[in-house]
Amino acid sequence: MDQIIIQTLHGLVNGMVLAMVASGLTLIFGIMDIVNFAHGDLLMLGAFVGATVVGVTGNYWLALVVAAIVIAVLGALLQITTLRPLIGRDPLTTILATFGVSLVIQKYALWQWGPSVRRISEPVPGEFTLFHLQYPWYRVATAVLAGLILGGLWLFLKYGKYGIWIRATTQDRVMAQAMGIPVPLVYTAVFAIGSAMAAASGVLFGPFAGVTQTMGFDFTLRAFIVVVVGGMGNLGGSILASLFVSLLESYAAIVVSPAQAVIVSFVVLVLTMLFRPTGLFVPTPK
Amino acid sequence: MTATPAARPRSPATGYWTAFAVVVGLLIVAPLVLPPFWQRFATEILVWGLLAMSSDILIGYTGMVSFGHSAFFGLGMYGAAAALLTVKPPSLGLALLYGLVTAGAAAVFVAYFATRLRDIYFAISTLVFSQIFYVIIFTWTEVTGGENGLTFSQPRLTIPGLWSDRFTPVTFHWFVLAVVVLSYLLVRRITQSPFGMVLQSIRENEPRTRAIGYPVERYKIVAVMLSGLFAGLSGVLYALQNKFAAPDFVFFVVSGEVVIFNVMGGMGTLVGPFAGAAFFLLLREGLSRFLTEYYLIPLGIIFIIMIIFLPQGLLGFLRRRLNT
Repeated sequence: MDQIIIQTLHGLVNGMVLAMVASGLTLIFGIMDIVNFAHGDLLMLGAFVGATVVGVTGNYWLALVVAAIVIAVLGALLQITTLRPLIGRDPLTTILATFGVSLVIQKYALWQWGPSVRRISEPVPGEFTLFHLQYPWYRVATAVLAGLILGGLWLFLKYGKYGIWIRATTQDRVMAQAMGIPVPLVYTAVFAIGSAMAAASGVLFGPFAGVTQTMGFDFTLRAFIVVVVGGMGNLGGSILASLFVSLLESYAAIVVSPAQAVIVSFVVLVLTMLFRPTGLFVPTPK
Repeated sequence: MTATPAARPRSPATGYWTAFAVVVGLLIVAPLVLPPFWQRFATEILVWGLLAMSSDILIGYTGMVSFGHSAFFGLGMYGAAAALLTVKPPSLGLALLYGLVTAGAAAVFVAYFATRLRDIYFAISTLVFSQIFYVIIFTWTEVTGGENGLTFSQPRLTIPGLWSDRFTPVTFHWFVLAVVVLSYLLVRRITQSPFGMVLQSIRENEPRTRAIGYPVERYKIVAVMLSGLFAGLSGVLYALQNKFAAPDFVFFVVSGEVVIFNVMGGMGTLVGPFAGAAFFLLLREGLSRFLTEYYLIPLGIIFIIMIIFLPQGLLGFLRRRLNT
């Protein structure tokens, strides 16, 4: 029983971080039809930038902001140089291109920061006792922070002027263009926002397990799973799906080893694609 | 493709077969003149090329990008390992058989689910299935050796009743070459058969193919199975060459490289993937001398540039010619 509560908490915390990762991916997919294979690697790069800033200044919050800005700029540059020329081609070519980007980023990180694990020190000290187990506060704080950032993103998309531009482009890019929305600029901005979300979640995740240059692929895959399970391009759906998948994985980790618990989310994904390809947490399309 | 047998001109075919004979001839002579390192390298290009060609059946001919070919390749390796470790004395034929059966069975399993999905969803589901196999192989240490993989000894090259000898690098190269050439001719024949034409019509226009009355899903399942079989075959060859099977080869990176080979060489040409594999491996070899493991930085950039400016790949311009 204790274990179930601990794992529930664990699953919720992981789920919130995952939701942040997936929100960037789903934003990019929903608007640009781009399956961003480099998403996890942008996350990893963000985490490394964050770790470096923490190492220099010792300020975690500064690191979060700096990492998000640096990676947002990088994301914008990437979009302009590699993805803009591919607009209008088969969406599969964007998978290939971002896969190439992912290789380059991963090896760059290896070159720049080396193969060892970097730790980002915990921003919030202390632990609280849950039954007989110590649970660190910073994990809860991370989940809350992720929730706040996601809420901010949602408000921005819902009420902000540029958020409305973005949603208009999602719905009908030709019409949006006709109404005077600079669609190419929106694309670049969306990619930058998505990258910033990835970087921020990388910094948030940093204190959990450390930062390595190979962490990206795992996140890319999980974010994909969540985005498909939640319904492509649907922010609310992917948040629910992140929590759902993370909770399932946490519970599975009670029975089998965490490495094998990943299979649970794979199975969820396959079942979703087979029986409800529009996503679990979206209304049935008419 | 619109080419019909009746409209096929005579001369390109003879040109094609001459070129084919020249290339095969060069590959036969290659191990005799090359130093040992490059000898091995040539064999490796053939093995990876075969893997890439198997994936071309899906990417180039059916229009489905598989990001999970590492699973079939790796299961081919483990199948061969199973045969060589459990059966005494180790037999080449059984290694091939086990490898093909394992990979083929996995391919049917994956295909059953994945072919219901299209485009990126297909790509993602193949990727996910390959990761499932990876996790199973990685964590099931008692059977698969886990992270360390399995090592075994090379079987003897036996032609039943005729001949039996140890493999030397040269005979192994010829063996691989023979397998690869036969596979190539077989796949070429398949892609030009009515079955292959249906696959290409699925690539060009799936709803219309369905409307004409072809059971598209069944064709796709068979295509994935064929592709998986040839991928498994290349896995067996790779296992035989290196005398081990390791989980690294089931990991997604291999699948990614396979797609890179296809894009670089030219999708839908069957020989393109071989050219792509050769190009990639040569570049890697050249670059890693200066850059060690960072060779992927320039290589990745070259790959991106090729996607943007050379979407047909190195041999894409030959596509018409190669398919006649």
